[in-house]
Amino acid sequence: MIPQMTEKLLELLKQVMGYIYPNEIEIHWSILIVVYPYLTGLVAGAFILASLVKVFNVKEVQPTYRLSLLTALAFLIVAPLPLLLHLGHPTRAYEIFLTPNLHSAMAMFGFVYAWYLMVVLLLEIWFVYRQDLVLWSEREGFPMKWIHKIITLFSKDVSQRALNFDGKAVKIITIIGIPSAFLLHGYVGFIFGSVKANPWWSSVLMPIVFLFSAIVSGIALVILLYMIIIPFRREKLDMNCLDKMASFLFYAVIVDFSLELLDFIHRLYESEESIKILSELVINKLFVSLFIIQVLLGMILPLGIMVLIKLFKFQDELRKLLYFVTVILIQLGIFSTRWNVVIGGQMFSKSFRGLTTYKMELMGIEGLITALVVLILPFVFLALLLKIFPPWGIKEPSLEKA
Amino acid sequence: MDRRNFLRKTLSFIISLGALGSLKEILQVIPAVAEVKNGETAKPVYGMGIQIDKCIGCGRCVEACKIENDVPQEPFFFRTWVEKYVIKKDGTVIVQNIANETGAETVPEKDILRSFFVPKLCNQCANPPCVQVCPVGATFSTEEGVVLVDEKRCIGCRYCIQACPYGARYLHPTKKTADKCNFCYHRIEKGLLPACVEVCPTQARVFGDLKSMASPLVRFKRMNKLHVLKPYLNTEPKVSYANLDGEVR
Repeated sequence: MIPQMTEKLLELLKQVMGYIYPNEIEIHWSILIVVYPYLTGLVAGAFILASLVKVFNVKEVQPTYRLSLLTALAFLIVAPLPLLLHLGHPTRAYEIFLTPNLHSAMAMFGFVYAWYLMVVLLLEIWFVYRQDLVLWSEREGFPMKWIHKIITLFSKDVSQRALNFDGKAVKIITIIGIPSAFLLHGYVGFIFGSVKANPWWSSVLMPIVFLFSAIVSGIALVILLYMIIIPFRREKLDMNCLDKMASFLFYAVIVDFSLELLDFIHRLYESEESIKILSELVINKLFVSLFIIQVLLGMILPLGIMVLIKLFKFQDELRKLLYFVTVILIQLGIFSTRWNVVIGGQMFSKSFRGLTTYKMELMGIEGLITALVVLILPFVFLALLLKIFPPWGIKEPSLEKA
Repeated sequence: MDRRNFLRKTLSFIISLGALGSLKEILQVIPAVAEVKNGETAKPVYGMGIQIDKCIGCGRCVEACKIENDVPQEPFFFRTWVEKYVIKKDGTVIVQNIANETGAETVPEKDILRSFFVPKLCNQCANPPCVQVCPVGATFSTEEGVVLVDEKRCIGCRYCIQACPYGARYLHPTKKTADKCNFCYHRIEKGLLPACVEVCPTQARVFGDLKSMASPLVRFKRMNKLHVLKPYLNTEPKVSYANLDGEVR
């Protein structure tokens, strides 16, 4: 272990520019910590898209309501995994629940996560699906019959009174859910934004930027999934729904872009002690991932495409193609955003005198392959969830009356 | 009062007591509410003074520290290190870690404006960001003002390493837990000096009790103009420097 590590660090030592504190050569929060905020962002974003239907009565987005909820759940299940894999002592992770340090933002992780999973997502999905689960289990055979029966917790009541209660419960949970989704991802932003030692992170805007980028990535993901899954089922895409979602995406991207621009201008204008090293960081280390991928490909290009779609009445097929390209570009951009925050924030020395390099492993536990597995895993869970809770072919109105 | 009422009232009383207790705990986050942790007890409060003008950059402190505290020998893990500053006549500043001068630029003497050594170590802050962020309370301040790491509890999340403005922490490559200078806690508890202080040939490092008038540290603080590193971060270091140059960060 050690000789390998020594070799790697000696290699890095040669690439150091300027002076860094001797303990700073190793990048401590690696690709897995890039993946973590990316995943939670998708959770929060997908949930907020779902809540548009229930709280703000945006009827057009109804076809993706259940898909959004299941997407949020699938990604939330995987979200703690990169954190766990990254720990020096994963077997001690439970201590964060048993002896949390109440002054630590990170200690709140367990509680925020448990709250969001148990109180918000699972409960909402349960109430949304209860009626269907009861009806399905009545006409299905083994084993789905029993799976669905167990998930309903053996409730059988599908009377109008019970359904009204379900509907009311869903509404209340969604109302609690929106601030919770804000909390879930805003809190991740706070973990970075509250590190006063690191001028790249330390910003009061950080939680808000995280939040809006989360909304952007979540909506884009649901659009992408909707556009892939529906044709696979040989069904027709609801263009109304797609246009509406793209419209929300457009506004979210504008807010996100403005916030990030504000942060950038603010830093440049205040021009504090750290500005020199941060400029060097951006020019030498983050040029491609920040300017090219995050800003140009991930923001300006999608914004341009969406403006074009809004200005000209393109035909359905062309619009679909453009939406598809847009959401993929946006995913790329948001992943890049996470990368630039997490990795970028560790590539300059806190002595403000030098830069170090991040060399990603391929195989190791914190390597590229692990990260890819963690990124693919939510889709496996989603496929499973779609099997158990098929979101299609359901008449929603019975709940709408409530 | 019937039984149901009695139980209900008792339960709500207990819950509200608990809530009040946790509120007090949460309010500790606000500096004005937080209790003063150091200096309350009869125990000494330790600090270190560093006389920059006396440091000759021999590196014995670094060596002694590594041996005493099981710090890996590789040049990426340090509980204490010494920085060499060379400020050239054209204003450029060259900084090097003296334990690792490979590939270092040699500046001809005629170009040097001034040059000096700065020993660095954990500042044992009175307001330590690392303690604040540790999710499990594995790193904590003792009554003597020393910040320790409980390696049996540390989960290796490395948030403390991110939070330390001085780069004083590293992840121990075999223990997989955070590690840093603790003023050689095992030695000072027995009345000995930290290893780095013990071996310094020029007494550039002064160690002692900040509360005792008889301690050499108090004399050091009386006789010198002092400065701490990054004071604007409000970490309140207990390591202070005499004649610290403005270029040092």
